[in-house]
Amino acid sequence: MELFNPDIGLAFWMLVSFGIVVFLLGKYVWPTIMNAIHAREQYIVESITAADEAQEKLKNIQKEGNELIAKAREEQIQILQDAKKIKDKTINEARDLAKQETEKVMEKARQTIQKEKENALREIRRQVAFLSLDIAEKILRKDLDNKNAQMDLANRILDEINMTKQ
Amino acid sequence: MLNNKVYIIVLYLLFVFAGLPKAFGDEQTHKGKESGEELIEDVESIFNVKGFTFSHILDSYSFHITNIGKTIISVPLPVIVKSKDRGWFVFMSSKFHHGETGYKGFSIAKEGEPYAYKVVETLPDGSVVRSLDFSITKVAFSLMFTVVLLCCVFIPIARKYTKNPLKVPSGLQSLLEPLVLFVLNDVIKSALGDSYKKYAPYLLTVFFFILTLNLSGLIPVFPFGANITGSIVIPGLLAFFTYIIINVSSTKGYWREMLWPPGVPLWLKFPIPVMPLIEFLSSITKPLVLMMRLFANMMAGHLLTIVMMSLIFIFGAMSAIIADTVTIVSILITIFMTILHILVAVIQAYVFTLLSSVFISAARVKDEHYSKKEITEKIKV
Repeated sequence: MELFNPDIGLAFWMLVSFGIVVFLLGKYVWPTIMNAIHAREQYIVESITAADEAQEKLKNIQKEGNELIAKAREEQIQILQDAKKIKDKTINEARDLAKQETEKVMEKARQTIQKEKENALREIRRQVAFLSLDIAEKILRKDLDNKNAQMDLANRILDEINMTKQ
Repeated sequence: MLNNKVYIIVLYLLFVFAGLPKAFGDEQTHKGKESGEELIEDVESIFNVKGFTFSHILDSYSFHITNIGKTIISVPLPVIVKSKDRGWFVFMSSKFHHGETGYKGFSIAKEGEPYAYKVVETLPDGSVVRSLDFSITKVAFSLMFTVVLLCCVFIPIARKYTKNPLKVPSGLQSLLEPLVLFVLNDVIKSALGDSYKKYAPYLLTVFFFILTLNLSGLIPVFPFGANITGSIVIPGLLAFFTYIIINVSSTKGYWREMLWPPGVPLWLKFPIPVMPLIEFLSSITKPLVLMMRLFANMMAGHLLTIVMMSLIFIFGAMSAIIADTVTIVSILITIFMTILHILVAVIQAYVFTLLSSVFISAARVKDEHYSKKEITEKIKV
């Protein structure tokens, strides 16, 4: 059968062709491709680890940020509470002060009023004294000719009144 | 769906009726022919099946493209032959005028003669000898073309990898990288383990070489279409290279297991070395099977496709009305065969590479000394 006859010439050309292919591809192509693919694989692995690390870092940063925010919020509340306290305190103090002041003013006013009252009373008493003197004079004109005797009598009576009052 | 069916039936009927007038015309010329043998002889005189088939499967000295009428259109290839006494001759195969005439004492032996389809020299005394023939035949030409093709495809790709190894592959690179990775990871690495780097260049080359040769045989237009891996020399040499690599990389353990197989009763090895002989034969059979598998698959694929195509001409020579029906059927079968052949082409390249790597890794077995006890334990496990 011609089909199964190996041909020497063809075998020679096959040797040459395959030799060239194995040499060229085996030397310049496959090692390059294998190395490149290996390098790329490593690069991908490294990138993935780096990405994982970055994500982990990001997570941490987020966590820290959240913590910071929570802390800040707490502080804010604290500050607000403090401020409220201070406000209340200030208001209370102011109120107290005002009260005191008012009381002082009132006290003074009262004292003034008391004084005025006393003055007024004294005036009134004098007036009353004068009036009573006048009245008494008119009444006693007949009894008391001497003006000095009359005054003594009147003062004596007034002192008596004062003494009884005190 | 229904529309499609109707369309196909109409097309089919068209083909059949197109043949009718011809059939009636032929009937008159075929009158008086009733014996089957006569019919077959008649067919053979019109269409030479064997010649047609073998001219497509066997190697040839020119690249046949087509026939227009009686003129044969083919690309001549260089013939390089050594005469028995006159030295080397180099000339184009067109000098033979498609095997019709001789040139300087050389001629192409006809079908049925010794050394059929090969260049022979007619010596002055009239005897015909086969000359030493280094012609660049159809298959040799296709081989060289494949070499150029592979280099043109892979060297720029390799350059792309060196330029920017970390970039995403593009173009042809992205088409071939999965294939390279598949062979590298699933075939070579899985068989050879860590030592794959030593053998990967050879095995990858073998894979892509066989794949390209197989697929180029399926393209029926010049410069493809030669039945390369279906010529016994090509798979034979590839298997031979694998055999050499198996033996070069073999370890002591491999030879020990072959020549003094452990766990085998002594009487099977000592006076008559039955087991060692069987083991040795199996080690030789491996590459032979490697060769036969590739050769037979590719040759059979070509043969079937061509025979299916020949059916058209055979039935065409018999009767026009059958021919038209057969044409459709055999074209459908040929399409199916070609698709199947593409699959076979890829599978055979894969299988050859896979088995080569498996055989190489089997030859690299570690030198392990098993005691009888260990072996019995192993068998029990």
